[in-house]
Amino acid sequence: MNDPVNDLVEVRPGVYRDSVTLMRVSRALTDRPGVAVAVVAMATELNLGLARDLGFAVPPATPGDLLVAVRAASPAELEDAAAELERQLAARAPASGTRGEAPPRTTRSAARAFEASLALVSVPGEHAFAEALDAVEAGLSVMIFSDNMPVEQEILLKDRARAKGVLVMGPDCGTAVVGGAGLGFANVLRPGPVGVVAASGTGAQQVTSLLDLAGVGVSHVLGVGGRDLSAEVGGRSAVQALRALDEDPATELIVLVSKPPAPEVARAVRDLDLATPVVAALLGPGQDDLTTAAEKVLRALGRDVPEWPSWPAPASRPNTAGALRGLYAGGTLCAEAALLAGAGDFTDFGDDSYTRGRAHPMIDPALRLEALRGVASGVVLMDVVLGHGADPDPSSWLAPAICDAVDRGVHVVVAVVGTDGDPQGLRAQAARLNEAGAAVFTSNAAAARHARLLAGG
Amino acid sequence: MTLSMLYGEPRVITVGAQVLGEALDRQAVPRREVDWRPPLPGASGALARVLADPRRESANATAVGRMLSARPMLTGVRPAREVLGLKAGEFFHAGPPITWERASGPMRGALVGAMLFEGLAATPEEAEDRLASGAGITLDSCHHHRTVGPMAGVVSPSMWMLEVADAEHGGTAYCSLNEGLGKVLRYGAYGPEVIERLRWMGEVLGPALAAALERCGPLDLRTLIAQALQMGDELHNRNRAATSLLVREIAPAVVEAAPDHAAEVLRFINGNDHFFLNAGMAAAKVSADAARGVPGSSLVVAMARNGTDFGIQVSGLGDRWFTGPAGVPDGLYLGGYGPDDANPDIGDSTITETAGLGGFAMAAAPAIVRFVGGEVSDAVAATTSMYEITMAEHPAYQIPGLGFRGTPAGIDVALVARTGLLPVVNTGIAGRMAGTGQVGAGLVSPPAGAFTAALDALADG
Repeated sequence: MNDPVNDLVEVRPGVYRDSVTLMRVSRALTDRPGVAVAVVAMATELNLGLARDLGFAVPPATPGDLLVAVRAASPAELEDAAAELERQLAARAPASGTRGEAPPRTTRSAARAFEASLALVSVPGEHAFAEALDAVEAGLSVMIFSDNMPVEQEILLKDRARAKGVLVMGPDCGTAVVGGAGLGFANVLRPGPVGVVAASGTGAQQVTSLLDLAGVGVSHVLGVGGRDLSAEVGGRSAVQALRALDEDPATELIVLVSKPPAPEVARAVRDLDLATPVVAALLGPGQDDLTTAAEKVLRALGRDVPEWPSWPAPASRPNTAGALRGLYAGGTLCAEAALLAGAGDFTDFGDDSYTRGRAHPMIDPALRLEALRGVASGVVLMDVVLGHGADPDPSSWLAPAICDAVDRGVHVVVAVVGTDGDPQGLRAQAARLNEAGAAVFTSNAAAARHARLLAGG
Repeated sequence: MTLSMLYGEPRVITVGAQVLGEALDRQAVPRREVDWRPPLPGASGALARVLADPRRESANATAVGRMLSARPMLTGVRPAREVLGLKAGEFFHAGPPITWERASGPMRGALVGAMLFEGLAATPEEAEDRLASGAGITLDSCHHHRTVGPMAGVVSPSMWMLEVADAEHGGTAYCSLNEGLGKVLRYGAYGPEVIERLRWMGEVLGPALAAALERCGPLDLRTLIAQALQMGDELHNRNRAATSLLVREIAPAVVEAAPDHAAEVLRFINGNDHFFLNAGMAAAKVSADAARGVPGSSLVVAMARNGTDFGIQVSGLGDRWFTGPAGVPDGLYLGGYGPDDANPDIGDSTITETAGLGGFAMAAAPAIVRFVGGEVSDAVAATTSMYEITMAEHPAYQIPGLGFRGTPAGIDVALVARTGLLPVVNTGIAGRMAGTGQVGAGLVSPPAGAFTAALDALADG
């Protein structure tokens, strides 16, 4: 039984931190010696239940309160953990503005006090509409990183935005580069002539990272949200973004990255009559893969297509053919790999059903690690996406797990999407994963073909 | 389409996951972080519907624009019987409608006092019996009759009313004359000295002020309030500057119009730092009323308490009240009184906060932070937090200490639900027991439920 003396359970009314921040705080506490378990989370039903299941005596609370539940081996260690908790929370308290005034509580209020060019919304999806609408009403373009937004809210926002002459990027928009600033999950890309309109975040990251490796940079990367080119949303943002890039003197060529659009939307996009050439990277059966699309762009610009960097697995291990498991963080990368591999069991851990109430797998590796540890034989194909916003050092947790998998006789193939400018360092990450025993590719398509081969396909 | 964000330096507002904001910091991208919290529990569905209402943006601009452009003028002082058509046995009271059965101590005390004052009962016991039986008695909310009353806010036919006209939109509003502090009717006292004072106010004070105003002409309250804010009043718990300015404006006319009573009239007004409160309330009422009835608007046009319920009305929702239990103020107590003696929040004086004064203008009145044992910085924090839940900044009512920024004005039900920030209300505290009078003054929070109920109604509309 648990000794309640070494339990710290408290509810802090009205204290709010976002889920990623709280995950980091929980992890920092759990990593301390003598701490058995630490739950620092908003007091949602889900989290209260989790704490109760762990045996904590949880007092009543509302989702607007912060729940703290820590169990340590000794009272002294509990006291240390409590002190660390205060440090962590204080370090992650919302920043106040200049002159020490209270920070704004809504996007509307922030827009009044700060001359912004755009807003980045990543609150939980059910609350994202209010913040995004604030931005649009204040005359700001907005990137909605949040997912789980109802489609009617998306349409309404995009219609209001068009009337105001601003762009809604999202919802569920994972990446954008605007005026050199990387938003959301964003690779560090050199400036250049290619403008990107993307209904697929990791798809855009793959294309732009390969272009960067080939020495070609971007003007802007404008995400539009995964549903934008569906019949329902009708390409509202894609059309606006294409027109905007067409007007931009820095953009010489436009790449449209998307799943195949609804036919009427494809027609509308084709009929735009743009002066700037457009290369479409439309993922799907019978379409170019993302790497081929990037190569088309290079040719269109009159540039050479390089050999995409890859690091073959050390050949010392015995081969055991077997089933192919795809463990992906990027949705488009997952779909592309599944298509090219032809067979196998693919999971997109970035799908809404895995991210409700927890952080994206590019930040929180727990679910994917668990899945990797569960593979006993055969071939595992994974992606690692680098850049701002993503895990600061993915190889630190992935390399040991790959080592173990390889020891079990599992083939591990990794597609690393990133650039030399990324804070994690593309080549350093690739090298560490490769040393752990994985075959590493910068082209997801190449990784998938390699995995297919290993699986005997 | 030219998309302005593609040109020039990116500057980003971030709201949500801190990790994405930190990624911008590492790129040295200038940004402002929103201190976001989840909305009031259960409000998110209604919020989405209210925010999506295509009428909302322009409806709110219209409604708050009317409130801020109102030009309240003090035009006269007249008996309630004449201007409000009150008949014997009819009483108005503060807050949303209430019955004798549900009325709190001070509300009952004030009604008893009004019965005695009107000669409808000879003793307090007789008055109580008649009020309890309801025979020949009609109670109604002041707000239903273009009227506001401080604390119990009881208005009876023989009381004299300040008349305030809106020179911009043509509305009119009324408020009774302020009796002073201590044992007074509005705090539920009904002893002989209370009734005697009311008589004198009806026989001497009211007529003298009426005659003086006829002589000196309408008084521009918008200008007077603007000046008082710059002299350290917030126009709810502190009216010292405004009262002084009022006296300066009308004293010569009082002397000319009522030479026999001038000294006692001016002495009475000078002896009550809150004399202006009632004029300020009528000014706020006429301004807020100008904003009523705009379909789709989520602007609060009245906040009022009857000692039992705290109620609000919203521009886009007609005359419906949305109520929750009135809270007990947190403040300083007079003499030997303490929190146990306090009645729940009472009075229409929250019309001042509704119009961007009172608690919302607290930064203008650092002297009153004593009431809550706080620091001057608390007053500044109270005002600045109200910008989060208001639609606009008042063009005329400015706060010197905030660089002459306009006071936060025009409460948005949707912003209250989004931020969970409730209006800051300064208030007097009435004794729980009928007949006690004032026991203190302080701050009080409205019930969040009144705002979420109004939000639900907007969502259904």
